[in-house]
Amino acid sequence: MHQQALQQQASIGGGSLRFNGIGKTFPGVRALSDISFEARPGSVHALMGENGAGKSTLLKILGGSYSPNSGNLQIGERTLSFKSTADSIAAGVAVIHQELHLVPEMSVAENLLLGHMPNRLGLINRRALLRQAGELLKGLADEIDPSTRLGNLSLGQRQLVEIAKAMSRNAHVIAFDEPTSSLSAREIDRLMAIISRLRDEGRVILYVSHRMEEIFRVCDAVTVFKDGRFVRTFEDMADLSHDRLVTCMVGRDIQDIYNYRPREKQGASLRVTGLLGPGLQEPVSFAVEKGEILGFFGLVGAGRTELFRLLSGLTRSSAGSLQLEGQPLALKSPRDAISAGILLCPEDRKKEGIVPLSSVGENINIGARPQHVNLGCLIQGRWERDNAQQQIHAMNVKTPSADQQMMYLSGGNQQKAILGRWLSMPMKVLLLDEPTRGIDIGAKSEIYQIIYNLAAQGIAVIVVSSDLMEVMGIADRIVVMSEGAITGELMRDQADESQLLQLALPRSRH
Amino acid sequence: MSSESSLRAPRQGLNLRRFFDEWVMVLAALGIFVLCALLIDNFLSPLNMRGLGLAISTVGIAACTMLFCLASGHFDLSVGSVLACAGVIAGIVMRDSDSVFLGIAAALAMGLVVGLINGIVIAKLRINALITTLATMQIVRGLAYIFSNGKAVGVSNEGFFVFGNGQLFGVPVPILITLGCFIFFGWLLNYTTYGRNTLAIGGNQEAALLAGVHVDRTKIIIFAVHGLIGALAGVVLASRMTSGQPMIGQGFELTVISACVLGGVSLSGGIGMIRHVIAGVLILAIIENAMNLKNIDTFYQYVIRGTILLLAVIIDRMKRR
Repeated sequence: MHQQALQQQASIGGGSLRFNGIGKTFPGVRALSDISFEARPGSVHALMGENGAGKSTLLKILGGSYSPNSGNLQIGERTLSFKSTADSIAAGVAVIHQELHLVPEMSVAENLLLGHMPNRLGLINRRALLRQAGELLKGLADEIDPSTRLGNLSLGQRQLVEIAKAMSRNAHVIAFDEPTSSLSAREIDRLMAIISRLRDEGRVILYVSHRMEEIFRVCDAVTVFKDGRFVRTFEDMADLSHDRLVTCMVGRDIQDIYNYRPREKQGASLRVTGLLGPGLQEPVSFAVEKGEILGFFGLVGAGRTELFRLLSGLTRSSAGSLQLEGQPLALKSPRDAISAGILLCPEDRKKEGIVPLSSVGENINIGARPQHVNLGCLIQGRWERDNAQQQIHAMNVKTPSADQQMMYLSGGNQQKAILGRWLSMPMKVLLLDEPTRGIDIGAKSEIYQIIYNLAAQGIAVIVVSSDLMEVMGIADRIVVMSEGAITGELMRDQADESQLLQLALPRSRH
Repeated sequence: MSSESSLRAPRQGLNLRRFFDEWVMVLAALGIFVLCALLIDNFLSPLNMRGLGLAISTVGIAACTMLFCLASGHFDLSVGSVLACAGVIAGIVMRDSDSVFLGIAAALAMGLVVGLINGIVIAKLRINALITTLATMQIVRGLAYIFSNGKAVGVSNEGFFVFGNGQLFGVPVPILITLGCFIFFGWLLNYTTYGRNTLAIGGNQEAALLAGVHVDRTKIIIFAVHGLIGALAGVVLASRMTSGQPMIGQGFELTVISACVLGGVSLSGGIGMIRHVIAGVLILAIIENAMNLKNIDTFYQYVIRGTILLLAVIIDRMKRR
């Protein structure tokens, strides 16, 4: 396999990809420092690390979206500095991002040849367009008709279109950023086969994923990052064990980030009975007690976020009932949920959580403010200042001052500020949707401590997470969802990894 | 404590930048004022200062509430038509009822209703603000022509002229009303939940909704108040001209929006302060005044005004890089 790779390498015309001392800083944040490693042609090189370790930043530098503050890239003998994505493409690099850069309203063929459609004086030759597109898809995704609207394809098929686009430019370096996060098992199998083929053609493949099984299945080498720094490269996968890789990524034992503390339960809190609504396929029933941390595990699209949207009043339920501390509860809007004491930290912090242009203080105070105004609308300056200070202190939000704009804070500090927003208000149930996504380890473990403290004060905490380790690490009890329904429930001491995964996998696949 | 020092460095840089962002247009307005005072004869004469103040008044009043529309991520094109229609309605009602109070009340009520319609359609039916206010702009302009038969409605009621031509301590009333609006709406934006919620909605509507803000209600209030204040500007203008004119204020909405944006209010929402509005209104008015004093042809004035606006937004864009 590798010999063949070496033969083909010459025909594509590129050597290995080297990162030489790459560094990148953003205002107030050092995202990458002194990253140096080499990815060889004819091999699949995995980049691993916790969220926020700097993998995505590195791929953005490779793709020309960011330019590094220091260091350079080398492909073969050529030293490169990309000023734009066009430079990166011209150098034979294709980065296949998590969010695909395709136009859903246009046809597959138009997407594939965007920027260089066959034309005469600007008039597009449709026959040539479809023919060329068909050739690009051949062997990759023969079943896709180039004239279909891209929006009609599945996510897996769209990704294949993106790969075909990279192939059309005969890219020598192809980087995949979490390519399997929204694919079905069959689509993953096909993607793995294609990646192996691209490797055998002598290309440099970079592969970013959190899924261990994929890394061990398809990759030939792994480079581990932590907090924007290079940790080490493993060149021999045969020697590498799962645990060793995890320990290397985390940089300490897994146990002590969670630092689980058992608590007393303090009586009934939220009870959900037969709840149905958008995103739920079967009636959902569960109960959580005061002082309990209930984990919701499942794959992306299992319906957990949709359940949270129902519980926080963002969407209306079509059937079922809610009880809070024995009292029936009807939710018509987020305000109803908030006044009942059910507070949500949303999954997509940037889109639904923070107001980026406003100050940290403003972001904290916006929730509790209505209880602290004069004459129904006049802001109390003193309360605003004190509350912001108090929450910044209590949550250990790292910010130069309460006046700093929210957008300059790191993800972890933004999350702590949102927690601070809710802690200024009367709270009974806290809904946390992926509370530590994109957050560095230090802030993670602080957030877990906050969660334990809240639970100890008698608040029912429901945590949705796709991170199996996290759910097992912090929850007292774990509910598993799959395809819009609850598929199982396990106590903390009964839960093991394979059992939870088994419950989370879609049943229709078997 | 290396982490602290690494946080402190950007803080100073950012604060300087923020200071620059927030005050640069105010400084520019003052600079232009000083420059005109030095270079143009008669610029500082009491007569010209009065004229300048009056020129600021109509745009200034309407810009205060346009600030709220822009800060919430929307805008309102109907304000020019509301301006004209308010003058016409005030004129007609005063002619028929001989009551200044009723005339003004009717004009303001019309503005409020148009604003409410805008707000409800935009907030509740989720129709784009551009289309909604483009439609009401034409409807209200049409109504102004219909009510007035296409002709100016003269006002003979002396009591009405106070708003446009009266003085208090030597300062014309329209200027006082404008100053009052600047102070009131500046205060409203900074010190009330309504103002803070407006900025939060413009900054991130989803987040505001999830934080418990009455998003729809706030939007409706924003547009209703804007309609009301647009009508107030129309009443003041009609009083100055002693007639309600149905054709007046074509393109007024664009002048108001340019003044806000020129001063630094973000077109995409979330950023806006009353000093932005004051600076923008001042710059536009001073430059227009200077061009008039220098006898620059009106045709050229359009080109110059457009160029200034374009330069201002380009500078703004580069500043944010």
